[in-house]
Amino acid sequence: MEDTYSFLRTLADSWVMLGIFAFFIGTVIWAFRPGSTEAYADTVNIPFRHEDKPAGEGDIPAATLKEGRSNG
Amino acid sequence: MWDYIKLLVLAVIMVAAGYVANNARDLAYMVSAIEVALVALVVFIFVVRGMGETKTEPETGYMDDIIRVGVILTMFWGIVGFSVGVWIAFELAYPAINYSDALQGYLNFGRIRPLHTSAVIFAFGGTALITTSFYVLQRTTGARLFGGGLAKFVFWGYQVFILLAATGYVLGATQSKEYAEPEWYADLWLTIVWVAYLIVFMGTLMKRKEPHIYVANWFYLSFIVTIAMLHIINNLAVPVSVFGSKSVQLFAGVQDAMTQWWYGHNAVGFFLTAGFLGMMYYFVPKQAERPVFSYKLSIIHFWALIFLYIWAGPHHLHYTALPDWASTLGMVMSVVLWMPSWGGMINGLMTLSGAWDKLRTDPVIRMMVVSVGFYGMSTFEGPMMSIRAVNSLSHYTDWTIGHVHSGALGWNGMITFGALYFLVPRLWGKKELYSLKLVSWHFWLATIGIVLYAASMWVTGIMEGLMWREVDAQGFLVNSFADTVAAKHPMLVVRGIGGLLYLTGASIMAYNLWKTVTRAPAKADAPAAVAAE
Repeated sequence: MEDTYSFLRTLADSWVMLGIFAFFIGTVIWAFRPGSTEAYADTVNIPFRHEDKPAGEGDIPAATLKEGRSNG
Repeated sequence: MWDYIKLLVLAVIMVAAGYVANNARDLAYMVSAIEVALVALVVFIFVVRGMGETKTEPETGYMDDIIRVGVILTMFWGIVGFSVGVWIAFELAYPAINYSDALQGYLNFGRIRPLHTSAVIFAFGGTALITTSFYVLQRTTGARLFGGGLAKFVFWGYQVFILLAATGYVLGATQSKEYAEPEWYADLWLTIVWVAYLIVFMGTLMKRKEPHIYVANWFYLSFIVTIAMLHIINNLAVPVSVFGSKSVQLFAGVQDAMTQWWYGHNAVGFFLTAGFLGMMYYFVPKQAERPVFSYKLSIIHFWALIFLYIWAGPHHLHYTALPDWASTLGMVMSVVLWMPSWGGMINGLMTLSGAWDKLRTDPVIRMMVVSVGFYGMSTFEGPMMSIRAVNSLSHYTDWTIGHVHSGALGWNGMITFGALYFLVPRLWGKKELYSLKLVSWHFWLATIGIVLYAASMWVTGIMEGLMWREVDAQGFLVNSFADTVAAKHPMLVVRGIGGLLYLTGASIMAYNLWKTVTRAPAKADAPAAVAAE
């Protein structure tokens, strides 16, 4: 049985590196998944919704806001 | 009942701190203990005064009181930190003004420099981050801050940390780790505050009314989580005595150096970049009145940035005892990091596409755009300087100082100023800022100040690097260290002037914000119209 350092070092250089790389590629694919453009068109307008009050305390529906539009 | 428990705990803290002060092994620790006792006393008085009142105020609306205090304190720490910076800049140009005979060395560069770095990074930057994160978090989740008084504890607890750290530096308590100077007792306190910060942030996220977590909150959250991890691991130390400030590091030698710069560079990556990107992703779209350029890009920006930054630390340790493979890894990761950084810069700048005309009329958006521009510039300069061959010229010279300041003054400072100009009219219910003309003055003073600073440091840094490596025909070094110091003098004066301009700009800002709060006309009471301004 090899020592702990060598074991961890080998693990980090192989499976763990592959794992985090796969996770990163996964996030990129996730960002471009089908339907993401429509979903993000709504998400991107979050900052323009609840300026003065928390949600449910008389906030304005997103559709009425001038800012509720896409950008590029 | 809860109040009585609080009073009991505070009383115990006061007595314990008094006991510790009485038995302290060194001056810094004694003064810190007295400060703790005084803080406990002040909180005690506030609790006692609040006890008679029945708390009927409804817990509705956003928790903005603490954010208003945060805006004021951010401005205050900014002025303090910039002033100390200007002072030590002129100390380098004119060493006589450290008055070491009269002041016994208490104002020497070596003692005041960590005071400056911590005042601007942790006091100014940290207070700005906590303040804006509370504002942005509430607005983008549509929910009031979680945890009632816990947010207040986080905010004031952090200020107590700043107090303990600052007095420690002046009185000689430091563990000599750059950007991690505070000793073990201040570190432990910050850990408690930071866990509370995470609880407030996660709790608010969990009760959010928006189904999606807006990207700014991802950046803020990664800042909180990563700083917790970095802080704990880099500050693993054993106190020599519970009654003294001195502690011994757990790591030694090159392991200690690597841990320190893993911490140090990620303090840049997650404190000064990820956290401030959270600001960018909220305040730039708000001020431009346009959503961010590409939400997909913002997601890739986030994941690429946090996956890469964590590896970049070893580029601080080229040509040291650190193994070559480790410093090569750090160098490669630093260069790769250029791409997500510029992706983020493009995302911020292009948010203005179709609204570039605002640059002519709105000095606040101009400030934010210049800030994002400096973000792009310093994230190009950084990877370049991390390349081993470039580093052999730039390391230990003033080029590094210039690089840090184009990032800190340009990116962190300017985006914070933009955020404060955005926040003050809204938080105090004002229609607009007191004077846009003064904002323009601030903008130009700060920008010219940064240009003077960065340009003089490039010149002096490269000159210094070339002078250090110059050898004559026999292979002897041509210049002594003192020769380079003498040659640097004019550039050091220019740098000081640059800092002075930047400080002047910030002082104008403080005046403008003060006048906005006291003099500017109140906002007309029409919430629907205002929300769609």
